[in-house]
Amino acid sequence: MTAYFVMGVFFGIVLTKGELVSWFRIEEALRFKGLYLYLVFASAVAVAAAGFALLKRRRARSLTGEPIAIPPKVMGSGVRYVVGGALFGLGWGIVGACPGPLFALVGAGVGVMAVVCLAAVAGTWTYGYLRPRLPH
Amino acid sequence: MIEELLHRSWPWYVTGPLLGLVAVGLLAIGNKQFGVSSNLRHLCAAFLPGNVAYFKYDWRRTGLWNLVFILGVVVGGFVGGVLLANAQPVAITAAAQVSLATLGVRDSSGLVPRRLFNWHVLLTLRGFLMMVGGGFLIGFGTAYAGGCTSGHGITGLADLQLPSLITVISFFAAGAAASFLLLPLLVPR
Repeated sequence: MTAYFVMGVFFGIVLTKGELVSWFRIEEALRFKGLYLYLVFASAVAVAAAGFALLKRRRARSLTGEPIAIPPKVMGSGVRYVVGGALFGLGWGIVGACPGPLFALVGAGVGVMAVVCLAAVAGTWTYGYLRPRLPH
Repeated sequence: MIEELLHRSWPWYVTGPLLGLVAVGLLAIGNKQFGVSSNLRHLCAAFLPGNVAYFKYDWRRTGLWNLVFILGVVVGGFVGGVLLANAQPVAITAAAQVSLATLGVRDSSGLVPRRLFNWHVLLTLRGFLMMVGGGFLIGFGTAYAGGCTSGHGITGLADLQLPSLITVISFFAAGAAASFLLLPLLVPR
């Protein structure tokens, strides 16, 4: 558990020092006025893809001894990815922060973001409640 | 010198690769998938499962590591955003400055515009819709899509999963639409 806490602290520092928690950086990207976020995103995916491929090819085990595997996402009708992604995107564009940065911003002293976090929990709860009636 | 280096913000070629390493590290440590929005579900399961099937699972077994991780993120936010805070305004492009000025945002110091994100604004109709409405959409949308910028955007894309590509295209398009069309209606006048 300590390892996950340390990884979280590290991720939180990357988010803040890399300005990924910055409302200005997010809105800059969403208004197509700068490349910063796209470059971060592309290099993050490239490094993660290389790391994943290496771990898989070596059939590596994690430090806890489990065989490393990433379960594939179920495609289904695909509606959940289009509509869910769009609803998330609307919230992301309005608030200027996605879930990781929301938590990091609370730690960085933007107290009002705790309300946004609670609203996000309420949104997830509402999804859970409506889930049987939604197309997936 | 060291002091200045610690407080300076990082360039993209430092930030991006380190972000990718977080995802690789979690997999290597305990076969865990990097994804933040799962925690919203774990929080529901832990505190308010109600009678909802979606929240009836052993959150301690599957999600405790992630809740510990996100607690670390809050602490990391304090370290990076307070202890190592960058005193300079964020270096967004001149074009971005012009664009954001149309929203009445001319001061790009701090992590968020204080003019938009404070308790007084929260108590206005527009501010409430922006923060509570926006937060609600983030929570609902990520749960529906089964992931956010980390789970789909980094883990899913790096694992070459088509559902993640669809989700990423969808949230970037909707995010741009929201920034151009909704945000101007919601910022305080």
